[in-house]
Amino acid sequence: MYELLTNLGSWLTGTAQWSGSDGIANRLAEHLQYSLLATLIATAIGLPLGLLIGHTGRGAFLAINLASFGRALPTVGLVVLVFLASGLSMWPVYIALVALAVPAIVTNTYAGMTAVDPDVKDAARGQGMRAHQVLLQVELPLALPLIMTGLRLALIQVVATATIAAYVSFGGLGRYVFDGLAQRDLVQVLGGAVLVAAVAVVLDLALSGLQRFLFRHRTA
Amino acid sequence: MIQFDAVHKRFPNGTTAVHDLSLEMPEGGVTVLVGSSGCGKTTTLRMVNRMVEPTSGTIRVGGKDVQRQDAAELRRSIGYVIQQSGLFPHRTVLDNIATVPLLLGHGRRRARTRAAELLETVGLTAEAGKRYPHQLSGGQQQRVGVARALAADPPVLLMDEPFGAVDPVVRTQLQDELLRLQKELSKTIVFVTHDIDEAVRLGDRIAIFRTGGHLVQCAPPTELLARPADDFVADFLGAERGLKLLSLKTLADVPQGPASEGGAWTLVLDEARKPLHWTSKDADLPVRPLKDDDSLLSALNESVASPTGLVARVDAAGVLTGVSSRDDVHAHAGLAHTEARTQTGVAA
Amino acid sequence: MTVDWSWISGHTDDLTTLTLSHLQAALTAVLLGLLISLPLAVVAHRVRPLRGFLLGLSNILFTIPSIAVFVLLLPISGLTRTTTVIGLTIYTLVVLLRNTVEGLDSVPARTKEAARAMGTRPLRTLLTVELPLALPVIMAGVRIATVMSISLVSVATYIGDGGLGQLFTDGFQRNYPTPVIVGVLLTLLSAVAADALLVALQYVLTPWKRRRA
Repeated sequence: MYELLTNLGSWLTGTAQWSGSDGIANRLAEHLQYSLLATLIATAIGLPLGLLIGHTGRGAFLAINLASFGRALPTVGLVVLVFLASGLSMWPVYIALVALAVPAIVTNTYAGMTAVDPDVKDAARGQGMRAHQVLLQVELPLALPLIMTGLRLALIQVVATATIAAYVSFGGLGRYVFDGLAQRDLVQVLGGAVLVAAVAVVLDLALSGLQRFLFRHRTA
Repeated sequence: MIQFDAVHKRFPNGTTAVHDLSLEMPEGGVTVLVGSSGCGKTTTLRMVNRMVEPTSGTIRVGGKDVQRQDAAELRRSIGYVIQQSGLFPHRTVLDNIATVPLLLGHGRRRARTRAAELLETVGLTAEAGKRYPHQLSGGQQQRVGVARALAADPPVLLMDEPFGAVDPVVRTQLQDELLRLQKELSKTIVFVTHDIDEAVRLGDRIAIFRTGGHLVQCAPPTELLARPADDFVADFLGAERGLKLLSLKTLADVPQGPASEGGAWTLVLDEARKPLHWTSKDADLPVRPLKDDDSLLSALNESVASPTGLVARVDAAGVLTGVSSRDDVHAHAGLAHTEARTQTGVAA
Repeated sequence: MTVDWSWISGHTDDLTTLTLSHLQAALTAVLLGLLISLPLAVVAHRVRPLRGFLLGLSNILFTIPSIAVFVLLLPISGLTRTTTVIGLTIYTLVVLLRNTVEGLDSVPARTKEAARAMGTRPLRTLLTVELPLALPVIMAGVRIATVMSISLVSVATYIGDGGLGQLFTDGFQRNYPTPVIVGVLLTLLSAVAADALLVALQYVLTPWKRRRA
């Protein structure tokens, strides 16, 4: 065990390890790239959808149950399926990454919109704000904390799915896990796992911190 | 100033909230809409600024039919205060107050300056302006709500149970503030409450509604208390409506005589001739001196509560002017009632 | 991409075995999670400073991608079912801890006071008042944990276990979609069935919440 840990330590810190196309720096960049791009696309789809359902109240059933459905979908199965269905090409796998991130965004955006105090909306209308002004100046800012939570959860989900996507020939930090498994190189496998875990935790903590800071003036 | 003409409101689920309402709310006065839950008073209020649209009938503000105007613009010219204040939690108190001026296109600086003025008007410090709503107490939040409604200096103010969510002590303070503000600003105010005492205190005219949206009586408080239109109104006014009437009358007319020496009780004064307390050979008693503009009710209370049976009368500065006897106070209480009953032209 | 029905009919035994193995892993993890989270939640609920720590720690754990968790457990328990269950339990534990604490929070203080005023001791109050009233929120957590667990089992295919997950790696290696489709569908079906059963269980356990007939 001790030997394993020291080997792992040297793997993670070795300068050779960090450079080159299979280097940690490059894989890390790839992983972040996939994650951010997929989250962005998922946001472009999920945010308007969640806002619409939250503001109009129609389709609430979808918003509430989408999260459960997303939770039930097996990541590995979905990724492999899309890969095989697309004739073994890589880019359609993005669909899987986006698809698994959308539920979190829709559900949390919807929750954020419905959590806005109806009295505040009434007061806004009563003072003479038009519908779009109420939406932009009152509902959206007040729903923002929960919306941000949704985005954060989606990003973490994508980081995890992107790791699995390495199985079907994506790059990123998952490469270490699957190459390591194939080569029976436990140190590489563990190295990949540690890196992925670190990326996920750091991103989550950074975004939660940002959230706390941005909304520090809201309710006690 | 505000006119309801055969207004009817029926909700999609079948309930009639307001039934054939014709009512006029005079300019510069406070019209209080009162009644128990479900009587349509809030719906009536909300039809003035079109938060609720009438099923039939016309509503005019300043002579203009509200339904012919753009709803959002109409609302910017009418102040709106609700029970839970509805302040925007994500904006500072100052920015909350500046909402309507900003909507009207005034610059940010101008709007904020105006907001700062209003903070002072409603009795809050500039410091409070920098805070966020959740950092203020309930009473303070309601003051902000009123300031916000006054920001664009609208001629009309709609208030829906604005003091309902605060404790009784704060409520009285807020009522006092409103009366003071109204003396200064003379707005046309429509005020909804379920509390008859609040209505009597604040209203120039009181409109009582019965469940189902029926207006039963609309009259100044004195008339309402002296001559309720039917049993429903009498019940709503409460068993002590006789006493409530006295809260609206002052003791200016009650005769007073000099505080005599040699009686069982002597009034002790300070160097400025302001009453300190009653004294007898056995004990001292606190005194509650009353001014001419204090209510006849408080005089009655003092005359009954104090074993001396005397009411100490002072001037505006608090200097003793004389005492009134229990008998005189009681006689005037009776007179006040007779007067109220026979007012408005009905023969005695 | 079409489904090869003959493959399905030819492999019903395997499919049954895999499904049962899959469900066994998932449900074991949920039960273990419940067992551990319950006392932890009571502690977190009662002891203010520990609460922040426990919930914070569990949030961090939850953020770690499941494949990383399974892999990092390899040096500890090897390529065995134990590793799978430990990995899954970490996740069910987090969800159940969160929900149980939330459920205990939701019990009105007045109700607890009333119990105390009647002379009920803390443990009895916990068992007969707080936990039953917290049940709806706890059950919501159990449902989430179960569905999530059923989905996560397939990730363990990379450490040699995985239940229905093996159909995914199998299908990938042979470039053959049928087992993958079947695997996805069976996973979804199991999740829906388990969820429905839990809803029924909740209904039975909370008679006071049932609407009047």
